[in-house]
Amino acid sequence: MAKATFRIWRGDADEAQFVDYETEVSEGMVVLDAVHRIQAEQANDLAVRWNCKAGKCGSCSAEVNGNPKLMCMMRLNDLPLDKPVTVEPMRAFPIIKDLVTDVSWNFKVKEKMKPFTPRPPDAEDGTWRMEQEDIDHIQEFRKCIECFLCQDVCHVLREHDLHDEFIGPRFFVYAASLEMHPIDTENRLEELKNEDGIGYCNITKCCTKVCPEHITITDNAIIPLKERVVDQFYDPIKKLFRVFSGKA
Amino acid sequence: MASYETFEYDVLIIGAGGAGLRAAIEAATENLKVGLVCKSLLGKAHTVMAEGGVAAALANVDERDSWRAHFADTMKGGQYLSNARMAELHAKESPDRVRELEAWGALFDRTQDGSILQRNFGGHQYPRLAHVGDRTGLEMIRALQDHGIHQGIEVHMENTIVSLLKTGDRVSGAFGYEREKGRFKIFSAKAVVLATGGVGKAYKITSNSWEYTGDGHSLAYHAGAELIDMEFVQFHPTGMVWPPSVRGILVTEGVRGEGGILKNSEGNRFMFDDIPDLYVNQTADNPEEGWLYTQGDREARRPPELLTRDHIARCIVREVHEGRGSPHGGVFLDIAWIKEKIPNAQEHIRRKLPSMYHQFKELADIDITEEPMEVGPTTHYIMGGIRVDADSQMTCVPGLFAAGECAAGLHGANRLGGNSLSDLLVFGKRAGEYAAQFALENEGIALEEGAIDEIAQHVLKPFDNPEEGDNPYEIQAQLQEKMQELVGIARSQESLTQALEEVQALRGKADNVHAIGNREYNSGWHTALDLDCLLTISEAIALAALERKASIGAHSRDDFPEKEEQGAGKYNTIIHKSEENTMAIRREPVTELTEEYQQIIEEMG
Repeated sequence: MAKATFRIWRGDADEAQFVDYETEVSEGMVVLDAVHRIQAEQANDLAVRWNCKAGKCGSCSAEVNGNPKLMCMMRLNDLPLDKPVTVEPMRAFPIIKDLVTDVSWNFKVKEKMKPFTPRPPDAEDGTWRMEQEDIDHIQEFRKCIECFLCQDVCHVLREHDLHDEFIGPRFFVYAASLEMHPIDTENRLEELKNEDGIGYCNITKCCTKVCPEHITITDNAIIPLKERVVDQFYDPIKKLFRVFSGKA
Repeated sequence: MASYETFEYDVLIIGAGGAGLRAAIEAATENLKVGLVCKSLLGKAHTVMAEGGVAAALANVDERDSWRAHFADTMKGGQYLSNARMAELHAKESPDRVRELEAWGALFDRTQDGSILQRNFGGHQYPRLAHVGDRTGLEMIRALQDHGIHQGIEVHMENTIVSLLKTGDRVSGAFGYEREKGRFKIFSAKAVVLATGGVGKAYKITSNSWEYTGDGHSLAYHAGAELIDMEFVQFHPTGMVWPPSVRGILVTEGVRGEGGILKNSEGNRFMFDDIPDLYVNQTADNPEEGWLYTQGDREARRPPELLTRDHIARCIVREVHEGRGSPHGGVFLDIAWIKEKIPNAQEHIRRKLPSMYHQFKELADIDITEEPMEVGPTTHYIMGGIRVDADSQMTCVPGLFAAGECAAGLHGANRLGGNSLSDLLVFGKRAGEYAAQFALENEGIALEEGAIDEIAQHVLKPFDNPEEGDNPYEIQAQLQEKMQELVGIARSQESLTQALEEVQALRGKADNVHAIGNREYNSGWHTALDLDCLLTISEAIALAALERKASIGAHSRDDFPEKEEQGAGKYNTIIHKSEENTMAIRREPVTELTEEYQQIIEEMG
C-alpha cells in the first residue's frame, strides 16, 4: 500500500505548529479518512470535527494545501502525494485546538437576524400555495450546509477582521433566502445596509468559488440584495414613488 | 462535593436532531426554562443526512391517501409488532407537523397547484413523502433550528452527557462534559427528554456518524428504563460499497422511488423473483407496470424495488452470496436506464436526486445519469429502543422521556422509509409537551451529590489507566468488526452467543483503555467514554437477537429461517437492568389490536 505524508496543524491558541504524519493511503480515500487513520493510530487526541462524511453536514471544513475544503469530499487522487499534504484549520476563526475552530460567532449572527415571518395562510388548512418556479432560487440558498468556508475566505472577515460590522456571505445567503421567500413579509434591508455591512462586499466572488454546494452566492444572493438596498435607500425616483403611493 | 458548573432547567433535552429540536420548541412554548444539549454543532445532527422525505398523509398527490392508509402501511411494514396507538398518533398527526414546518420557513418541492409535492417510497401505498429533492433532512433540521433559536432555548453545543442523575426514583438531571476544555457540567432538571438517535457506530459498515453510539439507549437503561425490541436493527439495502473509504454511505431509497431498478451481475432484475406473500397483491408483476407506478399511474402496482427494506437487504445479500454480485460485493442500482423512457433524463435525475449525483460523482467517479451504482446493505437505523408511553413518551422512570430513533414502538420489526422524519416531528412534539407538563406539575428535586463525584472519577479514569492500556479506537474497531460479523443481517444461536462473549471480553479491555493528552477537545478520551454506551447497546442487541428464535422483519436467524407460528411471534422483547446489575430480558405479548384497528388494517390491506 502506498504511503503519504500529512502535515497537520497541531496545538491551541497559545502554541501550535505543523506536525508531519506518514500514513497508508488506498484507493478512493479522502483527506478526512487519512486524518481519521492518523487519529486512530498515531494521535488519539487529534481534534477534528466531522459527522456525515458525505458532504451533507458541513462539519469538517479545513484548509487543505491552502484551499478551503470539506475534508470528506477532498479526494487524495486529486492531490499531489509526492509532497506533504498540509491540513490546517479555517483561518478566519479563532482556533480551539488542532483542526477545530471557534465558529460560535456565526451562530450569534444568525440569532440577531429577523426571523422568517410568513403572511397569513392561503388555505383554510393553514397552508400556502407556491409555484415551484417561484421557489427554485430560494431552494438554491437553502442547500447551504453551514460549513462556513465562504466566511473563511471572505477577505472582509479573514483579513480585515470586521466581524462586528459585517455578517459575511453565509448570512447574506440566509438573508436572501428570507427576503426572497414568496410568503415572508419582513423587511431586512435596513439591517443589511447598516449593521450587516453589505456595502463592504466588493464582489470578488471568493465565496462562490469555495462553496461545496455550488451556490452562486455573489450573483444570486449578494448582488440582488445590494440592488434592493440601493432601490430602497438611494433611488430618488423610487423614493418619490413610495411617498406618493404611500408604500413605506 | 467538588465544585461543578451547574445549570438549572425545567426541561432538559439531550440531542438536537429533529426530535430534540422539536421537543425543545414545544417545551419552550410553556414559558419554561429549556436547555438543549448536543454533541455536535447545532444543525449537524444526523437528521441532516436524511434524504428521501417525510411521510405524511397529506393526500396532495393522491387523494385516496388518509391517516388510515398510513396507519395500515406502518403496521404491516412493522410486521404487526408496532405499538398500534403510536402508529395511530403518528399517522394522524404527521400532516400537521409537516405543514407547521412550512410556517417556520421550510420549502418543500411543489405540485402543479402549488401545494407540497409527495413521492413514492417503499411500503407506502400512495405517494406520501414530502421532500426537497434528496436533501429533505437538511431542510427539516434547518427549519427547526432557525425557528428554535428564537424561542429562548439555551443551547449547549459540543457537550456530551455521560450519565443521567436520579434522586430516588425520579430523574433529576444529567452529568456531562463540554468538548472544548473537557470541563464537567451538571444539569439539574425537572424533566429530561432523550433524543439521542441511534446505534450505527456499533457496526463496521454504517451510514451513521460518530455521534451514533447509543447514548440515549444506554443512559436510559442505566437509569432503570426498559429497552424493547433491540434485535430489530435496520440494514438499509442501498449503501455505497466502493471505494472502501465510503462504504456504508447511504444511497437514498428515493432513487428507487424515481424509477431506479436493482440488477445482479447477470442483468436480471432479481427483485421480481422473490415477492413476499404479504405484498404480492400490491406488487407489479412486470417491469412496465412498475415503471408506470413510479410515474404516478394510479392503476399500476409498485415495482418490487419498493418492497420493504428488510426484504430487499436480504435479497441483495442472497445475490452476492450466490455469486451474482457486482465487482465490489454489491448489486447494481440503475437510474440511468430511465433515459429509455423519458426525454431529458439526465437533467431530470440531477434535479430529483442532486445530492446522489454529487456524492457519486465526487466520491466514486461515477456519473449516475450514465451508469449504474454499486450498492449493498448498510447499518442504518434501530427500530428498537427506549420503551415509552405512546401518548406522553414518558419511560417507566418518572420525569424521563424519549423521542425519535432512541425511543421505540412505532416501527415494530421494520421501519418504512420516510417514517423516521415524521416520527421525529410527531413524537418530538409530544415528548416536549408532556415533559413541560411534568415540569409544571412537579417541584424540582435536589441532586444527590455523592453520585456526581463518583461519575466524575469514572469519567477521568482513561487518563489514569496505565499507558500500556489499549487504544480506545482499537477497541471500538474490534467491537464494530465483531458486531458486523456476528450480529449483522444473518444471525444464529452460535454467532449471537459468541457475540455476547466478545462483548464481555471487550468490556474488560474498555475499562483499561488509556487516553493520551489532556482534557481539551481530546477525541481519544471521548472515544474511550463512548465505549461504555456502545458496549451496553451491543450487548442488548445480541441478547434480544438471541431471545427471538425466528426470522421476522429486520431480524434474520439462519437457524430459524421462518416466522414463528401464527400468534406465537406477537411479543416484544424487553430488556432491563436487574438488581444484580446484569442485563435481564423477558417477553411481553404485543397488546391485542382493537376491533377498530383491525378493521382499518383489513379495509386498507
